[in-house]
Amino acid sequence: MRNVYVAADNIFSPLGSTTAENFAQVCNGQSGIRLHDDPAFAPGPFHAAMFAPGQLNMTAFTRFEQMLIRSVQQVLDQGNIDINDGRTAFIVSTTKGNIELLEEQGNPAMAEMELFHTARKVATHFGYTADPIVVSNACISGLLAILTARRLMLSGRYDQAIVTGADVLTKFVLSGFQSFQAVSPEPCRPFDAERKGVTLGEGAATVLLTTREAGIRVGAGAVTNDANHISGPSRTGAELGYAMRQALKGTGLTPSDIGFVSAHGTATMYNDEMESKALHLAGLLDRPVNSLKGYYGHTLGAAGLIEAIIGMRALQQDTVIPTLGFETLGVSQPVLINNQITYKPMQHFLKTVSGFGGCNAAMVFSK
Amino acid sequence: MIRNNRIYRNNEVIWETPEDQSLPDFLRAAYDHFSGQYPKFHKMDHLSKLGWLAAEVLLQHRPFTGYAPEQVGLVLANRSASLDTDLRYFDSIKDFPSPALFVYTLANIVMGEISIRHGFKGENAFFTSDTYDEGLIMGYTRQLLYEGAVSAVLCGWVEVMGSAYEVILHQVEK
Repeated sequence: MRNVYVAADNIFSPLGSTTAENFAQVCNGQSGIRLHDDPAFAPGPFHAAMFAPGQLNMTAFTRFEQMLIRSVQQVLDQGNIDINDGRTAFIVSTTKGNIELLEEQGNPAMAEMELFHTARKVATHFGYTADPIVVSNACISGLLAILTARRLMLSGRYDQAIVTGADVLTKFVLSGFQSFQAVSPEPCRPFDAERKGVTLGEGAATVLLTTREAGIRVGAGAVTNDANHISGPSRTGAELGYAMRQALKGTGLTPSDIGFVSAHGTATMYNDEMESKALHLAGLLDRPVNSLKGYYGHTLGAAGLIEAIIGMRALQQDTVIPTLGFETLGVSQPVLINNQITYKPMQHFLKTVSGFGGCNAAMVFSK
Repeated sequence: MIRNNRIYRNNEVIWETPEDQSLPDFLRAAYDHFSGQYPKFHKMDHLSKLGWLAAEVLLQHRPFTGYAPEQVGLVLANRSASLDTDLRYFDSIKDFPSPALFVYTLANIVMGEISIRHGFKGENAFFTSDTYDEGLIMGYTRQLLYEGAVSAVLCGWVEVMGSAYEVILHQVEK
């Protein structure tokens, strides 16, 4: 049977332009979240992790496209990689793509906002001539894009895949989360008793996957739907729990093999509570759990990618990253959350995400 | 398949309204004809209504029976993602951002609605492309069945932008 490995990766975020920079910042407890006061985004002040002005300055491309391009370019710069061999997938994950154009131009050409059109523009920038694949599945998009690549590679269709994803912080998305009363008035506090909602972020991340043996092995993954509510998570956590168990089973692991769980941890009341129940149902309550939202905010379609890559680095360095913003456990199940960095030998970690539309995904990564 | 105000099953027209009927009126009439029993339908955006309706037409005729909820998956694609509703939501921001519209500003919500209606809890994936990429959708679906991730899949194309729409939905079983 074929295996899928991560040959190169990049995170392009407010915390840095390479995975190494990002990982160092996260290990040092640095957050990209700041207080902003900009009427272009919201009538009042808000916390968010945003790129500094001037960090994105290529005039021929939108902010969204630049984020993807910078991230993919950095991955391609890491080796002599031919993406035009007919055996390479180019997969783009995003929830809203170029939606910023609505705010900037008022009446932009519709094609410019079509996700596929934008993905092709980015792929073409790198000389990729086949059609890219676009995954747009709410907040599970980034992890689902990696899982999609793995599945298409296991099916024999591709030997290699560029999987990239990004989302831009926009008034569109911020106003939407605010309309749900879901935005925290302080930097988000995942799993904490005093958590008050999400903090949004923006960023991009890319992995180069290959069937040739390399550093991190991409294990099995699974997706489930709550079939309960389109904007609220499952009351029981059974569906995310099922995805977790399927990911472990598909990789041939048991819960005790898992070094840590990189949870979604958006810091909304309902999400974190649901996740705690899922961790219980999957037998993972004695494994360390973290959420990276306190460093990056919620980066939507990029979240699964950014957080999986940080997880891979942490795995390689036998490190469990602390949950920034966490102090006192505030979910019904005794989840092992820590706000101190810890070190221990380990071989595998589990990444999970959940999103609107009732979707959940879980996936194993191994070294 | 739903196209030009005609609903087809296995390539036969099973119901139609005049071609010049507006999309909201067509959707309402089709709902009344095929269901009438699911008030949540009226809260949905056009994308979700179209997908919900196509699933209804297929599954009323030939339900997925004998599968656990986790064994049924959805693999859908379209061109415009949720852009049709995005524009409506963006209009609402000027006065008061509407949470009821915002929740439909994601392409995959249609899969959530179908899942809630039929209790499907298995795999989900939503892709976007210029035109219906049957090779990708069927290739991904085959891999899901081959891995045993699911045993039955509802897959295809659900597109709407303004008054232009098209639905192509397939039932695939192991």
